[in-house]
Amino acid sequence: MDELTELEKFSGEMPIVPLRKWGRWASAIIVVAAFVAFIVSLRHAQIAWGDVPKFFTYHTMIQGLYQTILLTIACMATGIILGVVIAIMRRSTNPVMSWLAWLYIYIFRGLPALLQLYIWFNLALAFKTIGIPGLVSISTNTVITPFVAGVLGLGLNESAYYAEIVRAGFNSVDHGQVEAAASIGMRPSQTMRRVILPQAMRVIIPPTGNDFINMIKGTSLASVIGVHELLLSASNIYAANFRIMEALMSAALWYMVIVSLASIGQYWIEKKYASDRSNPATMKKVMGRSLNPNGFFRRMIGRNEAIV
Amino acid sequence: MSGTDIPLVRAINVHKSFGRLEVLKGINLDVKSGQVVCLLGPSGGGKSTFLRCLNHLEKIDRGTIFVDGKPVGYRMNQGKFYEIREREVALQRAQIGMVFQRFNLFSNRTALENVIEGPIQVLKIDPKGARETAVRLLERVGMMDWADRYPAQLSGGQQQRVAIARSLAMNPKLMLFDEPTSALDPELVGDVLSVMRSLAADGMTMIVVTHEIGFAREVADQAVFMFDGVIAEEGRPADVFSNPRHERTQQFLSKVL
Repeated sequence: MDELTELEKFSGEMPIVPLRKWGRWASAIIVVAAFVAFIVSLRHAQIAWGDVPKFFTYHTMIQGLYQTILLTIACMATGIILGVVIAIMRRSTNPVMSWLAWLYIYIFRGLPALLQLYIWFNLALAFKTIGIPGLVSISTNTVITPFVAGVLGLGLNESAYYAEIVRAGFNSVDHGQVEAAASIGMRPSQTMRRVILPQAMRVIIPPTGNDFINMIKGTSLASVIGVHELLLSASNIYAANFRIMEALMSAALWYMVIVSLASIGQYWIEKKYASDRSNPATMKKVMGRSLNPNGFFRRMIGRNEAIV
Repeated sequence: MSGTDIPLVRAINVHKSFGRLEVLKGINLDVKSGQVVCLLGPSGGGKSTFLRCLNHLEKIDRGTIFVDGKPVGYRMNQGKFYEIREREVALQRAQIGMVFQRFNLFSNRTALENVIEGPIQVLKIDPKGARETAVRLLERVGMMDWADRYPAQLSGGQQQRVAIARSLAMNPKLMLFDEPTSALDPELVGDVLSVMRSLAADGMTMIVVTHEIGFAREVADQAVFMFDGVIAEEGRPADVFSNPRHERTQQFLSKVL
């Protein structure tokens, strides 16, 4: 009977009082306090902050930046091209090809990137010259410059990982698509180019962005074999003036700048290519832009939140 | 019936196993040009497998399948069958249309792009001509208003009608239908069946695996019942449906009619 009286009291509309999110405000206070403490401690740290922007624009640093970008692009290009080839070989019906691809992935994914860099860099110790016997022969040291060793070490390592990414992409394409392509008389190579690859792209692109961003930072490994990228530039600076933390900080700043730019690029490329046309829900997301009902401030006051 | 006596499709003693499971145990079937043959029977009877063998999506273990006088997947020379390359098989498949239970439209292409894909890529027809044919075919299956939609934006029945148009665009000599209406909501079945009915009326040679007894009775020239990998009974639908001789056909029909 109680319920009935409640119901009788109800007249039309009443305001809704959202649940107070005390945990969110408490965590906000703790985090802000920790940040303030950190900033204050930085002011007392023995870092000459004025040197950081100075080193940031040093000629050596800019050259290092240029080498980092160049090495990243060269390694990713090598990794992607070889990776796609290896992935296609891996799914080949030719057992020799698929076994060879397996072996390649096993070796280049199994060894540490740093070790691979050292091996390529020191190749001349094992082979004084490289070439085809009786035809061409070149001194190994002429061919394998630090930069080339960097591209081989990091690029081949990347290609082994990338082959697995591409393979996952291939596997994501429904076999019915391949049968449909066959039924209209498409050759296997056409099916790969026109049906499998384009559909595998939406699975392949997001991890490609991740790998690219990883590669930007990974190129710092090449500093140990003398590629003049950002990290080696920073250490050259502090070797001359002993401003170690300052030089490292300005290199860190540059890495943040490139990584941020790459992240923006990744966001746009994913938006353009990674929409899943076989899924109506994501199609809608691409076609109609919607306001985010789960923004930061709305969540702090507990309004309009998705339940799960 | 067409004038020629040489069948468009001739299957001789077709055997197929998946591992130890023998799915087809010696299938013999002739289909004349212009005929509509419906393959009926319970699931697991080998109907779909046989259909897939007809355009070499499955490789048969024994026997031969001739389509248009040529062995499917092989080249005959001095009493031997030589296996042919995948690209040569592709040329054979181009003349045989296939419609799948799950439609299998290319999900990254619009309805129109699905239909022009084969003519442009395989038949090397110029894009303008391919487009004109595609428009004509999409109009025929009643899908021209949806030409620029992606498969995910279409209902199952609409996707299946586009899939039929995609097959027809190759100008096939033979059309294979693998349970074309089994994945559809009941209210969408009719649209697809009426497209198939009009194809049959135009004289297209069709082999249809189906559970639509009504369609088989009305459209088929020949009804074929398959159980456990063998053909148990075949004949004119009017005869076999009203007067089945084989015991298993009687049992099957009593359940579905």
